[in-house]
Amino acid sequence: MSSSKKATAEKLNLRDRFKNITDTNLLLLITIVVFFAMYIGAMVFQGKGFLRAQTFFNILNANACLIILSCGLSLVMITGSIDISVGGVTALVSMCCAVYLDFHNGNVFVAILIALAIGLGFGLVQGFLVAYLDIQPFIVTLAGMFFARGMTTIVNANPFNVGNEQFVALKETRIIVPGFGYENKLGEYVNAYIQIGVIVALLTVAILFCVLRWTKLGRSFYAVGGNKQSALMLGINVKRTKFLAHLICGLLAGIGGFVYFMYVGSGSPSHASGMEMNAIASSIIGGTMLTGGVGNIIGTFFGVLSLSTIQNIVSSAGFGEAWWTGITIAAMLCLFLVVQSIVMSRKKRA
Amino acid sequence: MKSKKINFSISNFCSGLVKRQIFIPIAALLLLAVFNLIMDPSFYKIALGYNSEGYPVLTGNLITILDYGSELAILAIGMTLVTAASGGQDISVGAGIAISGSVVLRVLCGTNSRPETLQAPIIVAFLVSCVAAMLFGAFNGTLVAYFKIQPMVATLILFTAGRSIAAWINNNELPIISDPSFAVFGGFIPGIPIPTPFFIAVICMIIMALVLRFTTLGLYTQSVGINESSSRLNGLNPNFIKFLSFVILGLCVAVAGLIKVSRVSSINYSVIAKDIEMDAILAVALGGNALGGGKFNMMASILGAYVIQFLTTTLYKFNVKSDELPAYKAVVVIVLVVLSAPIVREYLSGLGKRLKAKLSVKEVG
Repeated sequence: MSSSKKATAEKLNLRDRFKNITDTNLLLLITIVVFFAMYIGAMVFQGKGFLRAQTFFNILNANACLIILSCGLSLVMITGSIDISVGGVTALVSMCCAVYLDFHNGNVFVAILIALAIGLGFGLVQGFLVAYLDIQPFIVTLAGMFFARGMTTIVNANPFNVGNEQFVALKETRIIVPGFGYENKLGEYVNAYIQIGVIVALLTVAILFCVLRWTKLGRSFYAVGGNKQSALMLGINVKRTKFLAHLICGLLAGIGGFVYFMYVGSGSPSHASGMEMNAIASSIIGGTMLTGGVGNIIGTFFGVLSLSTIQNIVSSAGFGEAWWTGITIAAMLCLFLVVQSIVMSRKKRA
Repeated sequence: MKSKKINFSISNFCSGLVKRQIFIPIAALLLLAVFNLIMDPSFYKIALGYNSEGYPVLTGNLITILDYGSELAILAIGMTLVTAASGGQDISVGAGIAISGSVVLRVLCGTNSRPETLQAPIIVAFLVSCVAAMLFGAFNGTLVAYFKIQPMVATLILFTAGRSIAAWINNNELPIISDPSFAVFGGFIPGIPIPTPFFIAVICMIIMALVLRFTTLGLYTQSVGINESSSRLNGLNPNFIKFLSFVILGLCVAVAGLIKVSRVSSINYSVIAKDIEMDAILAVALGGNALGGGKFNMMASILGAYVIQFLTTTLYKFNVKSDELPAYKAVVVIVLVVLSAPIVREYLSGLGKRLKAKLSVKEVG
C-alpha cells in the first residue's frame, strides 16, 4: 500500500519535473538522445567503421570549423537575431590567408591576425547596422554573405593549394589521443589522432558555455532574446548586448575560417558553400530557438555531431550521390523545426 | 506675394513626391540612367537585327534589361505578397525555379533525355510544373503559417534541398530539347522583335492588377502584415492568408522557371537562377516596401526588379565578372537599407529642418 503510494508520488514527481524542466534543457535532452540513438544505430547496423574511435575523431576533425561557426550562430540566435554571413566569411578568410601565405610567402601568425581582423570587421559592421540602426539582421547578413562571396572571387578567382612550409607543418600537426587506436589489417597499431582545429573548437565550446552560464553578459544574452522590453526594464543595455553578440559571432567566423583553412589547406571561391546553412541547421537541431532566449552551446555541439553523423551514415550506406546529403539535412532540419514548434506550443498550453 | 505661393507649392509637391513610395525606385533608375549617359551614351543604342532563323529581333542593353528583368519582375510580384503578409522573405525561390524547370523538362522529355520530338504538349508540362511549384510553396506556407516558423528559416529547408531535388527529378541527367517551339518562351515569337519574357511578365502584372483591384486579397494581406491578432479579431484568417501568399509565390516561381529553362532549352541544376533570391528580395526592398511586412506597393516592386536588372547590366558593361557581382550588389543593398532605416531617416529629416531653420534665420537677419 505504502509502496504504491510512494510510486505514484515518485511518478508525480517525475511528471512535475518534466513540466518544470526549462525549454533549454528539454530541447538539449532531445538532441543528445537523438545523437546517441543515431550513433548506436549506426554501430549496430553498419558496424565496422563506426566501431572505431578514429571515425568519431574524423568527424570532429572535419567539422571543427562548423562547431566554431555554430557556436557563434547560437549566440546570435539566443539574442533573437541571425547571421548568415558566416559561410561567406569563412571562404573569404581562407582565400585571403591562402593568397598571403602562398603568393607573398607570409608568416602564419600574421595570417591568423588577418583572419581575426576580417572576422572582427564583419562583426563590427553587421553588429552596428543590426543593433544601433535597427535594420533587419537577415537582410544585413545576407548582404554580408554576398559581399564576402563576391570579395573572395575578386581577391582570387581560381582555386589553388598552399605550399608554405610553416603552414603545412601546422596543418599536418596531429595530436595523438592515447588509448583509442586500433590495429589495421597488417597488424600495426595505428594511433588515433585529432587536429589542432579540434582543440580550438573544444576550447570555444567550453569558454562560451561558461560565459553563457555564469557571467552577467551571458545571462543578458538570454534576457535580450527572451523579452526585449523586460530586459530593457531590468537595466540591460539591449543595443550593446546585440552588438556584442554579432561582434563575437563575426570574430568566431574569423577563427572558424582559419580552422577551416587549416583543414583544407587551399583557397577557393567555392569553399564552405552552404556552410551557413549547415551551421544554422546544427544550431536548430541543438535546440536553439529561432525566436531567441532559448539555447545551449553543448546542444549546438551535439547538433553538429548529429548532422555530420547522419551525413556519414548516408554516404556510407551507399547513397553516394551528392544530392542525398542535401535532402537528408533538409529533412532533418524540417523534422527538428516541427518538433520544436509542437513542443513549444504544448508547453504554452500547459 | 504670388511668387512666394508658387514657391510653396513646388516645395510641397517635391516633399509629396519624396514621400511617395514609388519615388525610391524611380530615383534609383534616374541615377543609374544618368550615370550610364555620362559614362557611355552608346549604352542606349538599340539595333534591329536578324536572328539565326531570319526573324527580326531588337538588340541592345535596354532590350536585355527588359528581357532578363522579366523573370525577376514576376518573382517580385509573389515576393511582395509574401513579404507583406508574413514579414519575412522566401529564400528558396532559386531552388524552386530549379525544381519547376526540372519538372518541365522531365515531362517534355519523358524517359529519353534527348528526344527528337516533344513527348507532351508544352502547356501540360507547364501546368504540371505549376502544380509542383505550388506544392512546394504550400510546404513553405504550412511551415510558416501553421507551425509558426520564421519564413527565412522555413524556406531554408528548400533552399538546402531544392537543387538536390531538382537533380533527382531528372536522375541527374541533363536533358536537352531540340524543338524550337520550346525556345519561344525565353526567346522571340517569330515575327515579333520584342523578347517574349517581357510579354509574359506583362500578362502576370495585368492578372495581378486585376486580382488586387477586384478581390480583397491586397487589403487582407496588408492587414495581416500590419497586425495579425487584430485582423483575426476582425474575422480574417491570418494563417490562411499567409499560406495563400506562399502558394501564389509558387505560381510565380513556376512561370519564371519556364522562362529560365526555355532560354537555354536545358538545365544546369547548380547554376540555374543562382542568387536570384537576393535579387528578388532586393527588388522588394528597392520598391520601398517594408521588409517587416504590412503595406506594399506592387508597381514599385516591379519597377524595382527592372532597376536591379539595370544595375546588373551596367555592371556587366564595366567588365565585372558574374561571380563578382554579389559584392557590388551587397554594397548597394546596405546603402539602401541604411538610408531607409527609420532611425537614419529621422536623423536626416532633423538635420534638414535644422538647416532650414538656420537659413530662414539668416534671411531674416
